[in-house]
Amino acid sequence: MAVEHTRGMTMNIRQHITALVAAAMLLGCTSSAPGRGVYMLLDTSGTYTEHLNKAQSVVNYLLGNLTSGDSFAVARIDSGSFSEKDILMRATFDARPSVANDQKRSFKKTIDTFAGSARGASHTDITGGLLQAVEWLNEVGPGQKTVLIFSDMDEDLQKGQIRDFPLDLRGFHVVALNVTKLNKDNVDPRIYLDRLEHWKKRVEEGGGTWQVINDLERLDAIIQDT
Amino acid sequence: MPKAMMIWPGNPGLSIFVWAILAIVVMYAARIPAHQAIRGFTRVVAHTLRLAGHSLMDAQKRLALRNREVLLASGQELTERQIEQEFSRISTTIAKDLGTYPALHRKLSEQVASIDEDYRAATDSPPDPPAWTSAIGMTQQLVDKSGGDKTVGRVIEALHKGFMRAHAQAMGEYRKSSRTRHRLLSHMMPFWRRTASTLASVDKTVNGIVERSNHIDKLMEQYHEISKRSDRAERMLSTSAMTQFLISGLVLTIAVLGGFINFQLIALPMSEMVGASARLGSLKVSQVAALVIIMVEITMGLFLMESLRITRLFPVIGSMQDRNRRIMMWASLVILLVLASIESSLAYMRDLLAANNAALTQSLAGIAVQQPEFHWIPAVGQMTLGFILPFALTFVAVPMESFIHSLRVVGGNALEAALRLAVFACHLAGSLIHHLGSGLINTYDLAVFLPLKVEHLVLGVTASKTRRGKVPAA
Repeated sequence: MAVEHTRGMTMNIRQHITALVAAAMLLGCTSSAPGRGVYMLLDTSGTYTEHLNKAQSVVNYLLGNLTSGDSFAVARIDSGSFSEKDILMRATFDARPSVANDQKRSFKKTIDTFAGSARGASHTDITGGLLQAVEWLNEVGPGQKTVLIFSDMDEDLQKGQIRDFPLDLRGFHVVALNVTKLNKDNVDPRIYLDRLEHWKKRVEEGGGTWQVINDLERLDAIIQDT
Repeated sequence: MPKAMMIWPGNPGLSIFVWAILAIVVMYAARIPAHQAIRGFTRVVAHTLRLAGHSLMDAQKRLALRNREVLLASGQELTERQIEQEFSRISTTIAKDLGTYPALHRKLSEQVASIDEDYRAATDSPPDPPAWTSAIGMTQQLVDKSGGDKTVGRVIEALHKGFMRAHAQAMGEYRKSSRTRHRLLSHMMPFWRRTASTLASVDKTVNGIVERSNHIDKLMEQYHEISKRSDRAERMLSTSAMTQFLISGLVLTIAVLGGFINFQLIALPMSEMVGASARLGSLKVSQVAALVIIMVEITMGLFLMESLRITRLFPVIGSMQDRNRRIMMWASLVILLVLASIESSLAYMRDLLAANNAALTQSLAGIAVQQPEFHWIPAVGQMTLGFILPFALTFVAVPMESFIHSLRVVGGNALEAALRLAVFACHLAGSLIHHLGSGLINTYDLAVFLPLKVEHLVLGVTASKTRRGKVPAA
């Protein structure tokens, strides 16, 4: 009798262990999707603030396409962009779609407010903004890291700022958006081409990939489904 | 031609010719072993293929036997089940309708007795009115014939009046008696009707039993045929299995589509409950959760059908005690009801989420957010669909059972056909290899035809010399 009881208990314990192992295996298979991370830099120097309505469209497009689990941040490029203060809004969208929608509404509101009150910066620290983007995206750790630079890509640093060092952009996709031609580019288009080439070289030397999108109708090329 | 093989580097034609001659000489020298090798190889391959063919044929025969056994066994089981059901129905009918036969008989007897009594009462003869009528007529004639004799006239007048009174009294009694008889006869009417209705009901029940008996007779005949293991029974069951397979397959396809719609209905709102970003392999956890709910619904449907004894996929459930089976049935039904309610609310949540997404999209596109008119109609539709689909999926159990049973037969037949094809392929390949060997030998001989010809000539000359040398001796 006692032997049977012991055997029964052993069987029960074995069954419980099997169930626990199965549950653990099932949970082990469950994983949070790494999602996509997009960091958008808005150039606010000089007359570029006039283009902010286009930037709003890009932000709205991204908000419409990013889903739960994706991360999105928008920051401005000003005289010293390597700063958290320049981040206008950042969010990792909640797993629940309804909460994610609320976050997106809040995001849109913030960007609309900024676009309505933005003032032109005296200098353009693109590298600083890029470094800030890299730092934030590395911190968030998404599966796909994209930095969008909404700028003419003409860096104009303050005196004393040091930015001529190699960047670590491994795993990053850098996209220059709406790269407008300046007056000097019209005089000599080689300046424009050299400028873009300089940034391309810098990004690729850092281990990242480079893309230029001037036609904002082709925004679907920016982010891909994970 | 590689340079190393060039005997005369400047003359490839000559080099090839020399190589060809050498090859022919070598081939001629190796002719007999080469023939043996070719013949041996092809024989081995052909023999192996033939063996494989025989082996496959044995397997096919065994499979055919197994298929036949499976087919007949399943047919027998199905017929047994049908006969059992028919007997069960007859038993229910008898218990329900004819179980009360003694009471019915007593009721009928009472009704007949009552009718009989009423009938007897209605047949009592009333006084005969015509005799009185003729007596009154006679007194009237006597009054007329008496002329002016007043005394006689008064006597006859008094007599006439007396007759008239008696006649009126008799007529009154006659009418009263007729009224009573009419009342009794009209009293009999409901009894007649009730009796007719009772008899009609008995007739219907008995006819139903007779029909079922005829059906049982046919089933018994079928069962007898299957028990005899006749070819007719096999053909009949095989056709039936194929038909069942096709029909149940079609219904299952429809059910799968229904399940897909169900999945679409609850996958989005499930993301609100379990999150939209977590994944299980390549699937989102919300999708897995939606699938699990649908699978649980189908399982509950299966249990419900099993406990109702509509299907018999799980013999354990079928052989349960009635009380336990009833408990299981109610448990399945309650769980199904709860799941249907959950699905209905999820469908509503889906509508809300879709509206929320649409509003956000409009807002991002810079369009004023508009609430569509009659937006409650799709919401109600989705909720209804969410409630109904789980119950509709319950009935999947019925075609599933047919599909599984017929799949055994159809699958076995398909495998048998494949084996037959393999047997044919093996025999064909064996035969081809065998003939290929002969062809190769002939081709070989064609390549060395020149030395062979020489050999034949030499042998011919030697033979004729031998014959000539032998003739004088003889």
